[in-house]
Amino acid sequence: MNYFLTEEQEMIQELAAKIADEKITPVAIEYDEKGTFPHDIIKILADSDLCGVYIEEQYGGLGGGIMEMSLVVEQLSRACGGIALAFAGTGLGTFPIILFGNEEQKKKYLPDIASGKKLAAFGLTEANAGSDAAGVETTAVLDGDEYILNGTKMWITNGGEADIYSVIACTDRELGPRGFSAFIVEKDTPGFTFGKKEDKMGIRASATVELVFEDCRIPKENLLANEGMGFIVAMKTLDRTRPGVAAQALGIAQGALDAAAKYSKEREQFGSTISTFQAVQHMLADMAIQIEASRALVYQTCRHVDSGAKRISKESAMCKVMASDTAMKVTVDAVQVMGGYGYMKEFPVEKMMRDAKITQIYEGTNQIQRNIIALEVLKKYR
Amino acid sequence: MNIVVCVKQVPGTNEVKMNEETNTIIREGMEAIINPFDTYAVEEGVRLKEQTDGKVTAISMGIPSVADLLKETIGLGVDEAVLLSDRTFAGADSLATSYALAKGIEKIGGVDLIICGKQATDGDTAQVGPSLAEKLGIPHTTYVKKIEEISEGYIRCERMTDDGYEVIEMTLPAVITVVKEINEPRLPSMKGMMRAKKAVVQVWTADDVGADKALCGLDGSPTQVVKTFVPVHNVNSEMIEGEPNEQAKRLADVLMSMQFETGN
Repeated sequence: MNYFLTEEQEMIQELAAKIADEKITPVAIEYDEKGTFPHDIIKILADSDLCGVYIEEQYGGLGGGIMEMSLVVEQLSRACGGIALAFAGTGLGTFPIILFGNEEQKKKYLPDIASGKKLAAFGLTEANAGSDAAGVETTAVLDGDEYILNGTKMWITNGGEADIYSVIACTDRELGPRGFSAFIVEKDTPGFTFGKKEDKMGIRASATVELVFEDCRIPKENLLANEGMGFIVAMKTLDRTRPGVAAQALGIAQGALDAAAKYSKEREQFGSTISTFQAVQHMLADMAIQIEASRALVYQTCRHVDSGAKRISKESAMCKVMASDTAMKVTVDAVQVMGGYGYMKEFPVEKMMRDAKITQIYEGTNQIQRNIIALEVLKKYR
Repeated sequence: MNIVVCVKQVPGTNEVKMNEETNTIIREGMEAIINPFDTYAVEEGVRLKEQTDGKVTAISMGIPSVADLLKETIGLGVDEAVLLSDRTFAGADSLATSYALAKGIEKIGGVDLIICGKQATDGDTAQVGPSLAEKLGIPHTTYVKKIEEISEGYIRCERMTDDGYEVIEMTLPAVITVVKEINEPRLPSMKGMMRAKKAVVQVWTADDVGADKALCGLDGSPTQVVKTFVPVHNVNSEMIEGEPNEQAKRLADVLMSMQFETGN
């Protein structure tokens, strides 16, 4: 389908696809098995100028937006959703700076992210603050020219690997979410250490790690926006980056369809390839329909977000739900089409099925997304 | 350092169509790629440029559409590209090709090092590199797997052999042909691709480079391709079955009944 991408977007897509096919596909199964963080792939993305597609040109990027970021994520995820997350997780950690950073903060941090020299991460989730993000217990107390951070963030993508962390902490407990603030914390700041690296079902090439703050002092200048803006920073960031998760899901689904369709034309049973059986054909057709519908919604949402629209929560939630539910369904069906071989680790689809599951969970579970969508829908009828 | 890399368009498919009159490949309308061995030449040229702060020019002789492949090399870090394109050049064998390339390189002028892939995947002759050096009257080394040192007027490189490598020193200017062991070609970059899109490939005719038309193209090619064909693999085999002693006897009988050419 012609999605009327610009010439530059087509180039980004083409280049990301080349990297996915030539550099990621050959290592995807191994990195998944060993849980290898893809530093080598990040280097390739950096050399190809793709790390900064969503960062303004004046800070060394290519000046694109969520659309450009999502095109890269989708293509990389076709080959491996876990490896793609090193890139996508950096986007999530960078958007608080893009959206709320002042000129000094942008000048200091964005060029190294755009060049791929540094990765970023986003720290919101805690043991008691998951779907209920208002439960953040990490504190930040102003002491002279410094804030002192204490608390533990969990399940942080790119944790330990990233150099730049956007962290949400509580500066005024009395005010609840209105007392949250957002900070930039650099790796190797004294008092900032990493806890255990999680052993996960899928996206195993991605690092999911605890961030531990013990009397961690950061300069006052590292506050993003103003005190009390933390919850807004987090929500606005997530509204913008959810299409990125949708793009990841979309890529995983496309990768699974490609693998299943190819296999169906090679596998012979009852004297002909299984692609000649209507039962298999209809499964492949349903997979293709859902993927194309998801892609149309994801791309259109990206354009809506990049247009500068004010109200994007519902749309970004919708595309995330649609694409991630599609990825789950499509990957399960891809395993089914491939039968016993699909269940084996030598073939990529069982991994895609494991990878797909997280897209229904993180950056807001699909249940929370439906809450957001329903709230917006019902607003019209009160 | 002023570097020239030679690149050739080769078929990107196995379905090659031949011109039955001239017995040459019909390149129009064919899916074309840069000869894979030349991608190592391009990469080495770009790496040397990055180290020595020089300039890399890619040159090719071919039909007008080869300009698109030359633009690809600009996306990979090449500074300028030249295409030798003229009806006069058509049907060239390796001798006429190296003559045309030599004329083009002379026109570029002031070149220190010329890098070619070790051979092209279509013709597989491996002749153009060495022949080009002869036409230019400069030294060459083939099958280079590593450049150990390069400086003003001097190069030392490792030349791959069947059982190891030789270290060769040459004065510059010189020609080297490279093997795939020499490097790992990079992927294009976005900034490179955007530069390539805007780039203009210079197209030079035989007159532009001052070539003697009698030495170009079919007229300048002493090689006569009489016939080209895909060899037919047609092996009739007989499986000998039975008990081991029966099999051995049958095999001996078959061998004895065959007439071998002894060469006498």
